[in-house]
Amino acid sequence: MISVKGLVKSFGDLEVLKGISTEVDAGQVIAVIGPSGSGKSTFLRCLNKLEEPTGGTVEIAGFNITDKKADIRAARQEIGMVFQHFHLFPHLTVLGNLTYAPMKVRGESKAQAEEKARTLLKRVGLSDKADSYPASLSGGQKQRVAIARALAMEPKLMLFDEPTSALDPEMVKEVLDVMKDLAKSGMTMIVVTHEMGFAREVADRVLFLDQGKLVEEGTPDEFFSNPKTDRARDFLEKVL
Amino acid sequence: MNLDFTQMTPYIPYMLEGIWVTLKFVAVALLIGALIGTLLALFKISGPAPLRAFAVAYTSIFRGTPLILQLMLIYFAVPQLTGYDITPFLSAITAFGLNSAAYISEIIRAGIQAVDKGQVEAAQALGVPYRAMMKDIILPQAFKNILPALMNEVITLTKESALVSTIGYLDLMRRAQVVGASMYRQFEPLLFVGLIYWVLVMILTLIGRKIERRLKASDIR
Repeated sequence: MISVKGLVKSFGDLEVLKGISTEVDAGQVIAVIGPSGSGKSTFLRCLNKLEEPTGGTVEIAGFNITDKKADIRAARQEIGMVFQHFHLFPHLTVLGNLTYAPMKVRGESKAQAEEKARTLLKRVGLSDKADSYPASLSGGQKQRVAIARALAMEPKLMLFDEPTSALDPEMVKEVLDVMKDLAKSGMTMIVVTHEMGFAREVADRVLFLDQGKLVEEGTPDEFFSNPKTDRARDFLEKVL
Repeated sequence: MNLDFTQMTPYIPYMLEGIWVTLKFVAVALLIGALIGTLLALFKISGPAPLRAFAVAYTSIFRGTPLILQLMLIYFAVPQLTGYDITPFLSAITAFGLNSAAYISEIIRAGIQAVDKGQVEAAQALGVPYRAMMKDIILPQAFKNILPALMNEVITLTKESALVSTIGYLDLMRRAQVVGASMYRQFEPLLFVGLIYWVLVMILTLIGRKIERRLKASDIR
């Protein structure tokens, strides 16, 4: 599903990603963890070209997006993305947020898009909020709508960029529950997160990034109980 | 005190006609300004380098020189250079239209750039094409930022429109001067049109507030 080879990203003189390579199979859930500034979010954003990779190749959902001729809009339709700060469209209702892209980009009819949107809202437990505006929702509700919005495009995989970091503690669980449910349904997911519990419980594999390098990767069991590198051990001591 | 408004009575209809003359030319100038201004703003935000440079230079020149100078240049220079005898009305809408385009382009540019960058990323991540993103996602949000400043520009334009009296265009201001000259009393007609300008501006202010309040309402629904 994803094949990253030698991914490098620089902002001017600052090299944020220093050659990252990894593979992700369909249906896998990958947790990307690491200290802040380690390049985890940049790594994720290179996967749908919100950041333009400086070097290396990224193949994802059947597109070689580092190829100059790649149809990046077509690739993005297959790649759902959930942001830390939700980025819902504030001038559209919840239903409008969910139906806009399917209608505009996938050419679905209004009835078709709305039916799918209502099913998705039910799935994230927000059926009663279809006609609300984002400003009237709590953080946890906003993030669940954002997840539903991404799912409405029927993507092949989903990217999560610290989806619970901007939430009040009591709202983290409702978002993680939706994500767990999604993982169980077989969705391929790459999750940049500080939620070690989620990584341990749901992820098939953990990627540990530090200073722009993929320092360690393995199953959550291996990684959390028996980290191989000092840097991973240091990090886990601080967060667990 | 030597004020006598009664002498002015026969001239009142003549001066009131000036309201229409002023509004007509302000409206046309504003329309020109809005059209060119939108175009310039788009050049500045996402145009290719030469167009961006043009838009920046245009804004710099029209904001950096006096409006009355621009008006005089157009009114006097066009006949001198081309032999075409440009009318005061045409000079006025050209000068004011081109001038307000510079200001409006800055208002629109700032309004668009004030929209959260996350909105662009969210739309991009969903595969939304650029034009649709601008039209459906960015501009509706930018409009809320733009409107108050735009209303200000309309008010400024309405007041500054009095400058066209200098090229003999028979607007409110010019009519006050004509009436003043013919009855040898300047103070009363000037006061009278001053009041009219003030009322016009107040009406525009109220309209602006009303629209703003309506736009804000959608934030909390």
